[in-house]
Amino acid sequence: MKTQHLFLLFAAIIAAPLALLSPGCKPQNPTSAVEGDAASKVYVAPGKYDEFYSIVSGGFNGQVSVYGLPSGRLLRIVPVFSQFPENGWGYSEETKPMLNTSHGFVPWDDSHHIALSTTNGEHDGRWAFVNGNNTPRIARINLSTFRTEEIIEIPNSSGNHSSPFLTENSEYAIAGTRFSYPMDDDNSNPDVSINTYKQNFKGTVSFVSIDKETGRMGIGFQVLLPGVDFDLSRCGRGPSHDWFFFSCYNTEQANTLLEVNASQKDKDFIMAVNWKKCEEYAKAGKGKKSKVRYAHNVWDEKTHSGTSTIENEVVVLDPKELKDIVYFMPCPKSPHGCDVDPSGEYICGSGKLAAVIPVFSFTKMQKAIADKNFEGEYDGIPVLKYDAVLHGEVKKPGLGPLHTEFDGKGFAYTSMFVSSEIVKWNIEKVEVVDRVPTYYSIGHLSIPGGPTRKPHGKYVIAYNKITKDRYLPTGPELTQSAQLYDISGDKMKLLLDFPTTGEPHYAEAIPANLIAPKSVKIFKIEENNHPYVAKGEKEAKAFREGNKVHINMTSIRSHFTPDNIEGVKIGDEVYFHVTNLEQDWDVPHGFAVKGANNAEILIMPGETCTLKWVPDRVGVFPIYCTDFCSALHQEMQGYVRVSPRGSNVPLTFSTGNKAEPTGETK
Amino acid sequence: MSGKTTFLAALLMIAFLACTSRKEAEDAAKKSPTPSEAATPQPEVHGTEVKTVELTNPLNKEWVTAGKGIYDTKCLACHKLTNEKLVGPGWAGVTKRREPVWLINMITNVDMMLATDAEAQKMLEECLVRMPNQNVTQEDARKIIEFMRENDGEK
Repeated sequence: MKTQHLFLLFAAIIAAPLALLSPGCKPQNPTSAVEGDAASKVYVAPGKYDEFYSIVSGGFNGQVSVYGLPSGRLLRIVPVFSQFPENGWGYSEETKPMLNTSHGFVPWDDSHHIALSTTNGEHDGRWAFVNGNNTPRIARINLSTFRTEEIIEIPNSSGNHSSPFLTENSEYAIAGTRFSYPMDDDNSNPDVSINTYKQNFKGTVSFVSIDKETGRMGIGFQVLLPGVDFDLSRCGRGPSHDWFFFSCYNTEQANTLLEVNASQKDKDFIMAVNWKKCEEYAKAGKGKKSKVRYAHNVWDEKTHSGTSTIENEVVVLDPKELKDIVYFMPCPKSPHGCDVDPSGEYICGSGKLAAVIPVFSFTKMQKAIADKNFEGEYDGIPVLKYDAVLHGEVKKPGLGPLHTEFDGKGFAYTSMFVSSEIVKWNIEKVEVVDRVPTYYSIGHLSIPGGPTRKPHGKYVIAYNKITKDRYLPTGPELTQSAQLYDISGDKMKLLLDFPTTGEPHYAEAIPANLIAPKSVKIFKIEENNHPYVAKGEKEAKAFREGNKVHINMTSIRSHFTPDNIEGVKIGDEVYFHVTNLEQDWDVPHGFAVKGANNAEILIMPGETCTLKWVPDRVGVFPIYCTDFCSALHQEMQGYVRVSPRGSNVPLTFSTGNKAEPTGETK
Repeated sequence: MSGKTTFLAALLMIAFLACTSRKEAEDAAKKSPTPSEAATPQPEVHGTEVKTVELTNPLNKEWVTAGKGIYDTKCLACHKLTNEKLVGPGWAGVTKRREPVWLINMITNVDMMLATDAEAQKMLEECLVRMPNQNVTQEDARKIIEFMRENDGEK
């Protein structure tokens, strides 16, 4: 209801000048907010490409989706933390290890934020990182294959929300706990009463190292912190390169009814961490080794397989002892977004419940630290004086500021959840210069290159939390809505409204020419090192290891080899290792077998994938290709015969044998 | 417009589009600040017409062996070495029926052949599966031809 009222209000605002110009022309719906040339600005002609890739978190679907901009066309969903029956991610034998954790196989997560790799603070188009909020994880996606290559679990963490934002040369990805939890001297999670939050609960932020060449991640070090909620974070840029900034709420340290109890104080904190100093201390052995268990899952593009390793140690730094690594800056009130402008000088805290947007100055922060201009300590960590670090406050920006992006021309754009709008303001003057409505209740917003040293600008995209009446209704459950605005002029202009899949939180957009030319088309069959590969039909076979039956199978338009298999018995586990012999772009084959308790597999050219099947009854079962591959796709099928336990039907396999009955018939 | 002219016009259009899109991709590649560690681009090996192929005797034995290896991985699934048709035609006698230039273009440049060559189009009508591009380089395709010649009894 509230949203409807807001909408009517906005419609009225827009309608007023129109009505003056053309009496009798009443706007019927929100489309009247769009100007006449909007369609041409987002029209991408058939066969033409979009200008930007937008890499969008999937929220509660646990995946990442890829859209083209400005068209808003969905190009692909990349499976990350959640099983994806469509291509077998998390169902095939090769991909199952990628979803392993210290809790075992966890086939879902809540993916919130995207961070694209940067070199010198600018997009380099190599990797996309995304966090798993629920069972704390960070994943790395290779942007030449659009595949998840690595997932690392974050130990000593609970609720990895403040993540996976990167330092300027992608030295580290960050992981901050949203939910603090009890940690004893061994940093394990002991059995204590929940109402001992103030005494026992701690938070951590982890710096996840990233190898410059391979992208391979590791837990570099962790910083042990007071028990509060760490919400969002950004690295510094240029002069503030060595620092990482975090928003903190619930400095009240409430453990129940946070809606009220974590909204008591007028100010919480923006936390500044000198990660370069932390790195030095960790290298100098000033951290404490903490016994932990976390899974580290890595994909090998040559064996087409993932492996999961359980690691058991991290280095933890304690700022109570190492005095110059962490400082707090007071920030009104329950800050959510914490964003750094392209120059690296200004840090914007977005207090969800605040009437202003405070902008902090890095230069002033440096001076305040040097002058020890503290107002006190919070759990042993110095708190700088608000006035000493403040550049200025944006007055009356709107209601419910959440996140801020930058256009590189001296302006910031802040999303306003409660008043459903994007507010553009001048950073230097801390003055609002423009505002546009969003439909409805915007969460994150994204400007191509917005979180980098050199924003690409041009558009801002609103990712909204409420959809209501934007599209044709589909029952109680609706898709999410997004809007694209032109920001090339002084005024923001609404161009396009498009539905999004999952529940996007943050997204980053990047010029297509940084990714498209590097896109991989096939996996070379010569380089396939899968242990069960069949490099050609001559290598296709079926063989038995105890009750395991392995079938090294090939697929090419349009047949499998072998396609007739006999001698499988009840009690056997059958592994179909299917190699796609095709070497041409966009010729995948699929594979499915009746009654399999998992999914299909989709095999890319040159790749090998394995589907496990445990037959539960005697009979003959069809196998077939699920991806329409050629005019004879419907012929791409075969049979597996399953005999009773203890049967003496020998294991045989064939393709193209002329029909001659070999066994008894009934 | 006669059917033939339309067809030619379409071909010209395709050729033109192919050129522009490749050029655009190259320009885009030049513009982007590719960091040295980034994945190397993966060019597609099909798409260039081969005009001449030189045959020599005796056969190059190394090429015959290499050609057979490639055949086993990338061709055998559809082509027998006899004259029996499987998905595609059997290879027995193929070097007597076809010019080497025709063979090498069929292997490395199949999209062009299926678009322009009447004999190739006739094969597609018979087999109904487009001969796949198997990402074979011109050098490797030449070795396959050497293997075909051996299969046809040449020394």
